[in-house]
Amino acid sequence: MKLTEDQVQALRDLGDHVAAIMPHDVIKTELAKQELIVTVQRGSIVKVLTTLRDDVNCKFSQLVELTAVDYPEREQRFDVVYCLLSMKHNQRVRVKLATDEATPVPTVTGVFSTAGWFEREVWDMYGVFFADHPDLRRILTDYGFEGHPLRKDFPLTGYVEMRYDEDQKRIVYEPVKLAQDFRSFDFLSPWEAMTSRWLPGDEKAAQQAEGKK
Amino acid sequence: MGVTSGNPHNPMNLIPPGTDQDLILKGVDETLKEKGFVLSSVDALVNWARTGSLWPMTFGLACCAVEMIHAYMPRYDLDRMGVVPRPSPRQSDVMIVAGTVTNKMAPAVRKVYDQMAEPRWVISMGSCANGGGYYHYSYSVLRGCDRIVPVDVYVPGCPPTAEALVYGIMQLQKKIRRTGTLRR
Repeated sequence: MKLTEDQVQALRDLGDHVAAIMPHDVIKTELAKQELIVTVQRGSIVKVLTTLRDDVNCKFSQLVELTAVDYPEREQRFDVVYCLLSMKHNQRVRVKLATDEATPVPTVTGVFSTAGWFEREVWDMYGVFFADHPDLRRILTDYGFEGHPLRKDFPLTGYVEMRYDEDQKRIVYEPVKLAQDFRSFDFLSPWEAMTSRWLPGDEKAAQQAEGKK
Repeated sequence: MGVTSGNPHNPMNLIPPGTDQDLILKGVDETLKEKGFVLSSVDALVNWARTGSLWPMTFGLACCAVEMIHAYMPRYDLDRMGVVPRPSPRQSDVMIVAGTVTNKMAPAVRKVYDQMAEPRWVISMGSCANGGGYYHYSYSVLRGCDRIVPVDVYVPGCPPTAEALVYGIMQLQKKIRRTGTLRR
């Protein structure tokens, strides 16, 4: 939904307000595509979210979602993202902080109780550790699963696959054996990625190969 | 016509007990032994009963379950074929695996299959249950439910239409009629 000029201005004012009341905790505020993004220090997230929840000009009473983003090329490779909704002022804000595999992030379960499962999911999928979480277990993946599947360096097919073993009368895990490798299509040629070399009848690919020589 | 001769106490001209009767009965007995007439008839009866009341263990795991529900609804009405969904594996004859089997769900699928009483059959419904389908290369999805349970009928489609599932059930009935025996 496109915001009116007044609503955008209100978001801009909100960003200035947040930066003004917590100058040591907020790194920067920005407006991207009519959405307010507040980047904060990792250690201050509990304080920032408490303030955003209780401040009369904010009243962000709802934690809509909590997720993470992986940037493998960065020193602090993960962004943890908190999306808040203020039903009082009809506004949304996105709070971000950066961390890496080893550094724990303070849990916000004390501020928003719904964060419990969200943080479990982020721990499961990205391996971001949340300090003082009451019950930080895996939530989605298989029992005994190893690795964090939404990390960019996790292979698509994982490491193990399962089948029922008739001798042992139970389900066993084995290393992945694919009958056919995963194929990535870019849809530039109808024959592309079908084979490693061009097929008979694919004159275009033959011409291209000759042109390169 | 209308005129009967002979003993009024024996209107059908039955052969009286004696050597003659024993001979005929012995002949019938031997024919039965040779041709196995009685046993095949029981098989046909059992197959008729089995195909007429295939109670499925509904294993709806994803969107295929919705098409399975369509098949139970009035338009196709599987109930009229004796296919009545059961919530318990102890009461079911066939398991319809409808949807994506994830690694986490796989032990549960197998456990439910193990709890079903013999004779039992499995219908694999949809691309995901057949061979992983869209999620074939995923780290968390089983590449086909035939890795954990023996499948009798594969219903292709993503998701298969209700008609396709009904056709699959009829194919299973055909298979039972063709191969089913009392002795296993």
